[in-house]
Amino acid sequence: MVITKTRSPIRSNVGLKAVMAVTGILLVLFLIVHMLGNLKIFTGETSFDHYAHWLRDLGTPLLPTTWYLWIQRTILTVAVLAHIGAATVLAMRARAARPVAYAHRRKIHVNYAARTMRWGGVIILLFVIYHILDLTTGHLNPQGDPANPYGNVVADFAPERWYVTLFYTLAIVTLGFHLRHGAASAFRSLGQQTPKGERRARAAALVFAVVLCAGYLVVPFAVLTGLVA
Amino acid sequence: MNLTLRIWRQTGPEDKGRMVTYPVPDVSPDMSFLEMLDVLNERLILDGEEPVAFDHDCREGICGACSLMINGEAHGPQRGTTACQLHMRQFSDGDTIDIEPWRARAFPVIKDLVVNRNAFDKIIAAGGYVTAPTGSAPEAHSTPVPKDDADAAFSSAACIGCGACVAACPNGSGMLFTAAKVTQLSLLPQGQPERYTRVIGMVDAHDEAGFGGCTNIGECTSACPKGIPLNTIGRLNRDYLKATTKRAGTPGS
Amino acid sequence: MDLYTEGDPIADTRAPDGPVETRWDRHRFEMKLVNPANRRKLTVIVVGTGLAGGSAAATLAEQGYHVKSYCYQDSPRRAHSIAAQGGINAAKNYRNDGDSVHRLFYDTVKGGDFRSRESNVHRLAEVSVNIIDQCVAQGVPFAREYGGLLDTRSFGGAQVQRTFYARGQTGQQLLLGAYQALERQIGLGNVEMNARHEMLELVVVDGRARGIVVRDMVTGEISTEMADAVVLASGGYGNVFYLSTNAKGCNVTASWRAHRKGAYFANPCYTQIHPTCIPVSGDHQSKLTLMSESLRNDGRVWVPKAKGDDRGPRDIPEDERDYYLERIYPSFGNLVPRDIASRAAKNVCDEGRGVGPTGLGVYLDFADAIDRLGRKAIEAKYGNLFEMYERITGEDPYEVPMRIYPAVHYTMGGLWVDYDLQSTVPGLFVIGEANFSDHGANRLGASALMQGLADGYFVLPSTLANYLAANPMEKVDASHPEAVAARTDVEDRITRLLAINGDRTVDSFHRELGQIMWEHCGMERSDAGLRKAIAEIRALREQFWQRVRVPGDGEGLNQSLEKAGRVADFFELAELMCVDALHREESCGGHFRAEYQTPDGEAQRDDDRFAYVAAWEYTGTGEPVLHKEDLTFEYVHPSQRSYK
Repeated sequence: MVITKTRSPIRSNVGLKAVMAVTGILLVLFLIVHMLGNLKIFTGETSFDHYAHWLRDLGTPLLPTTWYLWIQRTILTVAVLAHIGAATVLAMRARAARPVAYAHRRKIHVNYAARTMRWGGVIILLFVIYHILDLTTGHLNPQGDPANPYGNVVADFAPERWYVTLFYTLAIVTLGFHLRHGAASAFRSLGQQTPKGERRARAAALVFAVVLCAGYLVVPFAVLTGLVA
Repeated sequence: MNLTLRIWRQTGPEDKGRMVTYPVPDVSPDMSFLEMLDVLNERLILDGEEPVAFDHDCREGICGACSLMINGEAHGPQRGTTACQLHMRQFSDGDTIDIEPWRARAFPVIKDLVVNRNAFDKIIAAGGYVTAPTGSAPEAHSTPVPKDDADAAFSSAACIGCGACVAACPNGSGMLFTAAKVTQLSLLPQGQPERYTRVIGMVDAHDEAGFGGCTNIGECTSACPKGIPLNTIGRLNRDYLKATTKRAGTPGS
Repeated sequence: MDLYTEGDPIADTRAPDGPVETRWDRHRFEMKLVNPANRRKLTVIVVGTGLAGGSAAATLAEQGYHVKSYCYQDSPRRAHSIAAQGGINAAKNYRNDGDSVHRLFYDTVKGGDFRSRESNVHRLAEVSVNIIDQCVAQGVPFAREYGGLLDTRSFGGAQVQRTFYARGQTGQQLLLGAYQALERQIGLGNVEMNARHEMLELVVVDGRARGIVVRDMVTGEISTEMADAVVLASGGYGNVFYLSTNAKGCNVTASWRAHRKGAYFANPCYTQIHPTCIPVSGDHQSKLTLMSESLRNDGRVWVPKAKGDDRGPRDIPEDERDYYLERIYPSFGNLVPRDIASRAAKNVCDEGRGVGPTGLGVYLDFADAIDRLGRKAIEAKYGNLFEMYERITGEDPYEVPMRIYPAVHYTMGGLWVDYDLQSTVPGLFVIGEANFSDHGANRLGASALMQGLADGYFVLPSTLANYLAANPMEKVDASHPEAVAARTDVEDRITRLLAINGDRTVDSFHRELGQIMWEHCGMERSDAGLRKAIAEIRALREQFWQRVRVPGDGEGLNQSLEKAGRVADFFELAELMCVDALHREESCGGHFRAEYQTPDGEAQRDDDRFAYVAAWEYTGTGEPVLHKEDLTFEYVHPSQRSYK
């Protein structure tokens, strides 16, 4: 067969999956760095605030102050939009691919994580919006002092604001599930093709999801239990 | 044993269709699932009703014609078994069994449980072959093929094209079918010259037919009566992504 | 005899002479060719998409002809060639074990019990080597050795390892190779594929096959398709027995309609019965499943010594068992050829010593083999077969012996064709199992795939070109009176079937017909039995046309209507089979007449009287005319088979 003109590969189902995989990996890299940053809260208020300020100066003097941060934010925003965009197109195609539903449909036996990718993704998105308004812009934070991120975090997860901690926990656990399927899936989408590799990818994704969950959850629970005050 | 069947009845492509309940008494556990339907149909004919149309041919699990969603599972509850080799001893007296056709936009219902799977043929026509016109073949032993590659190619080639993967997939994706052929041919030296045009052509035909995309869930593999492995899809993805970097008309790209 | 008349002998006028090994080459050179530029103006209809039809359609399209292909299945990939398990023979001699084209030729003529043509069989053996090359080039994943070269195994009737295979799914892999080549041509627009279409009539114009009438099984539309030549690759007629290892849809309609239009039907009584099938479990049984013959390498066949012994197999002590194959055939034991093993099983069951709920079964016991080799070894060898057996019967063959019984598997007879595979209707070519040409009275294992592909890939494309080049034809269209008449016949027949509205289903008639055929025209035939069968078939056929109920209408998918048309044709074929079996007063290959056996119960051929092909002409009066084609053997001299 001679291929003279093909559809744009990026619009194909396989192409869209590759977009999701690449953007997903970018976001995961950010999550790792972000988690490590969060954990600095255990080194004390001064150190944590210093780290937060340092982020704004990152890249100087090559770049003006906060430029690096904006570049990173732009990349992450594009990645999030592309990730969601591709997911939406795929979800719509999937829906269109089965116009008449089964009258009797047995539950998917494979795994819970795979089944909750789409709704999980929505929950995570809502959380991210809240999270930015809370701890980045400070609008929804009870303290909202840009000069004192440590204080903001402590105020945020105060025991009487248990519902914030609950929402945070829910979002992080959802993220864990999302990553458990997503991380292994990303490798598959990018061409992982051996049974052994698949077992490794699944195991790695599980360990990674658990570590990331723990790393993120330890902060609010430390505040809740008074370990960080 | 006595069973209650709820079967999807649809007089034609335009009909909306509905589930209809039929009691089926005196089912022998030694009957195959399709023989149980034969018995029902014999009775329906004598009662002056239309028998249930369903696809079947070889009845030994290899032609891929049978295509029944049984209690929400493609080919029914027994793994690695097509509906024609499923036997009634897998069910118990008093069971209610729901029988539906494959459901996918790319597999429109023709009548009752019969669907049109022509989309699969189109995917093959778009590249699922090696161009080797009759008479042009070199001596069979001129190209040895490592045994592992030949065995792996066979495992993918075992696909019977029944469409259970599509029926089971929450996205209505035909990726496992497509990937099985891509993998078979890309593992063999004879498949190399067309390796990258093949995968682009087949994936395009797949998408065009209205199948959904793969989200690596694995329902297809667990429904597949021939156990085609999920990692064939990884190989398809790899070949596809590599193919996008090659430009038509640029040798060696 | 009153059942037929004898006409003039028939001869294969296209058969070349000279040394047998040069015939095909010389013939190919002498045949006319069609200029590539003219090929696209020529249309060829191919009915059936199995190994023969699929490979022929793809090859003709590659050569530039305009091909119209038809199959009753929903996809050309599903034809029943797909179910062949064992393998495909080819005289490659990769094993260096003494194989050669001549040996394959010799084995096939002898295996066919000296009832096939030497020229045809030699050509088949020559072409066999090209088939393997072709299939490997298509990416067929044959089994290979660690060195990367093709593996082969041995098969019944041969002392060399010449059988190429792809696990237990060789037919599937070869068919998919041909199917993919066909799909490529469909994609290129060279083949017009019509799946879910059934051929219901042949159109003959001025004595030549010029088209077919087909029914679109989805819309019910009847259409007349015209062409310059018609190729039938519509398979065998084993389903006349209702229960067989054929697919449910396999039928004789295309061949039978052609027969009614003038194509002679050759040797219809030659049917192959396979000894190792899973027995019938009840009246609901719809088809039989083959268990690979290889099981007889390690399993021991037995029945209880006493009649009506209904103890479980494990409760019957060793000295009360009759290992009858080992007893009667001490030198070959459980490995006697298919026909002998089948008949022996029938005999012990007829004595009332059969096992299982129906009494129609014998044990195939692996207990000794498991003791000797260990369960692991048996699992490695036969694991998937044992699984399949358990899936179907619910019994674990590691614990209780398998039950097996013979079943109809392949039909050697078919439409008569000459060396060019052309029938007695000019322009009508017949390939694969649908013709009669290469297997004589018995087909060797792994030879069906070889013949289908030899015909489709290599023989037909050459001989068809010769016909088209030698016979320039006027275009005719569907409005030609002959075409209109054929179409009207089809429509009338459908109307008639739908109008009966009786009180019996098509399947009930088919089942009853099958029982008559199995009883009297199955493994063992006799004069009295066949006469009785003919009377019963006639009576039943009359009943059919009065009492069958075909629900629904002709518009749209109507599976009962499809079956009714096929069964109506099976009735006519069944009668001809019985007549053929009755007239052949000898036993040979798949045809065993009770009256013609040696004192120790073996088949007794009568070469003086019956070394001919029986080609039957349809007359419309119910009394067929027999034309004899004499067979001569210059290279392989007839001898009696013995397996004691």
